[in-house]
Amino acid sequence: MKGEQELRYTAEHEWVDADGDAGIATVGITDYAANRLGDIVFVDLPAVGTEVTAGEVVGELESTKSVGELYAPVTGVVEEVNDEVAASPEVVNGDPFGRGWLLRVRVTELPRLLDHDEYKRMTEGA
Amino acid sequence: MTEPSSRRSPLHDVHVREGAAFTDFGGWEMPLKFGSELAEHTAVRTAAGLFDLSHMGEIVVLGPQAAEALDAALLGELSLVEEGRARYTLLLNEQGGVLDDLVVYRTGQDRFLVVANAANREVVAAALRERAAAFDCAVQDESDDVGLIALQGPLSLDVLLETGGFSADGDGRTEERFAELVRGLGNYRFLAGEFRGHPVLVARTGYTGEYGFEIFTASGVLAELWSALLSTGRGSGVLPVGLAARDTLRLEAGMPLYGNELLPVTTPQQAGLGRLVRREKRADYVGRAAVEATEAGSGRVLVGLAAEGRRAGRKGYPVRAGDREVGVVTSGALSPTLGHPIAMAYVDQDARAAELSIDVRGTGLPVTVVPLPFYKRKA
Repeated sequence: MKGEQELRYTAEHEWVDADGDAGIATVGITDYAANRLGDIVFVDLPAVGTEVTAGEVVGELESTKSVGELYAPVTGVVEEVNDEVAASPEVVNGDPFGRGWLLRVRVTELPRLLDHDEYKRMTEGA
Repeated sequence: MTEPSSRRSPLHDVHVREGAAFTDFGGWEMPLKFGSELAEHTAVRTAAGLFDLSHMGEIVVLGPQAAEALDAALLGELSLVEEGRARYTLLLNEQGGVLDDLVVYRTGQDRFLVVANAANREVVAAALRERAAAFDCAVQDESDDVGLIALQGPLSLDVLLETGGFSADGDGRTEERFAELVRGLGNYRFLAGEFRGHPVLVARTGYTGEYGFEIFTASGVLAELWSALLSTGRGSGVLPVGLAARDTLRLEAGMPLYGNELLPVTTPQQAGLGRLVRREKRADYVGRAAVEATEAGSGRVLVGLAAEGRRAGRKGYPVRAGDREVGVVTSGALSPTLGHPIAMAYVDQDARAAELSIDVRGTGLPVTVVPLPFYKRKA
């Protein structure tokens, strides 16, 4: 597992741990997104085998107050979903960059993503 | 750029130090949550929670004809309310629609404290002034000078008494006398007294479905009162509570919220508040003809809906009977206490017995009509 500094990010507040095309990318939401959403009580993730396209909505995270959409940060096929967060959604709030990961995707196309500094600037400017 | 119209509580800096996340509510920048809104919700159900309600409007009506003026202005018959008691009532328009829901405290023979929702403060003050004009009384908006804290939950009484510094007006202004009076204080009753020498009203009212108090005092005293109550309660699991948990608490308790369940186009009967319409009331009041007409009870009515699973219907989502749209959700959440989704919705009366579902972003969530409240505390 990489540190937050080494991860890549999207403007929709997903983080991506990927080495390049044709590899496996691990996807989650950032602590900023988890905190903004509030205590997460329901997570809806795509089934293993689903083809996902970068920039499209593939799931939802709900708190008591609001609904957050999960966008696929990469294009590829869902290889694994985190069953622990489906059973215990609060894990996403407790450890968003670790145990609270959401998907592993076999990447067919890795778009240009934000680096840590770019993402930090974006959230601090918000 | 900050919103120029956004107002701040006298406790704003205290909340910032506590790490609160803020939200705009009725033109006020108020705490949405301090930490975890689920923990805050649970604290109120199992221990107690402290709420900053500085955004609420406090309007005083006073004078020899204050009671008559309020009888003419509001749905309730305030002249029948005794000193030291409070009543939940509505401000209606001529069409019988709800302009706001209010708690009115009779603080003297010729004096009432009207507590309005933040967003409606001006509407309520203006309506009261206009409707009271023919009576010998004055209407004063004292919202900026009056602060309000709610202490809600099973440990509320313990926290209040352990904090100390309170005394009741009248004979023997001692802490012992205050304790005796506050222990015996019934629901929707209040007593006047002092906290460390500052005037307070301690009322058995609230918006959570729990046993608890609302405490009015001068805005300048609010920080001292807040800190005293919180430092007393912290060891017993008492938490400061933001608006996120306040909303799920009142929803579980089946309490309507202005802007969601109560609107100028909904009548008391539609909102499930038909019990507030009393035909024996002597005085005429604005909206009377409309709410006493049979049409007041027609159209869609407010119902409670419950579902299984964890996905909630939310405000604005359609309610369907088969393919037919028969209603709309006004408030909905996964109930933290009950563990399943709950919602309030306006539904066509003839559709209430049908098999209903909420359209949750394209997916039908089967729901059952259930009586309100969803949650009732054990007596």
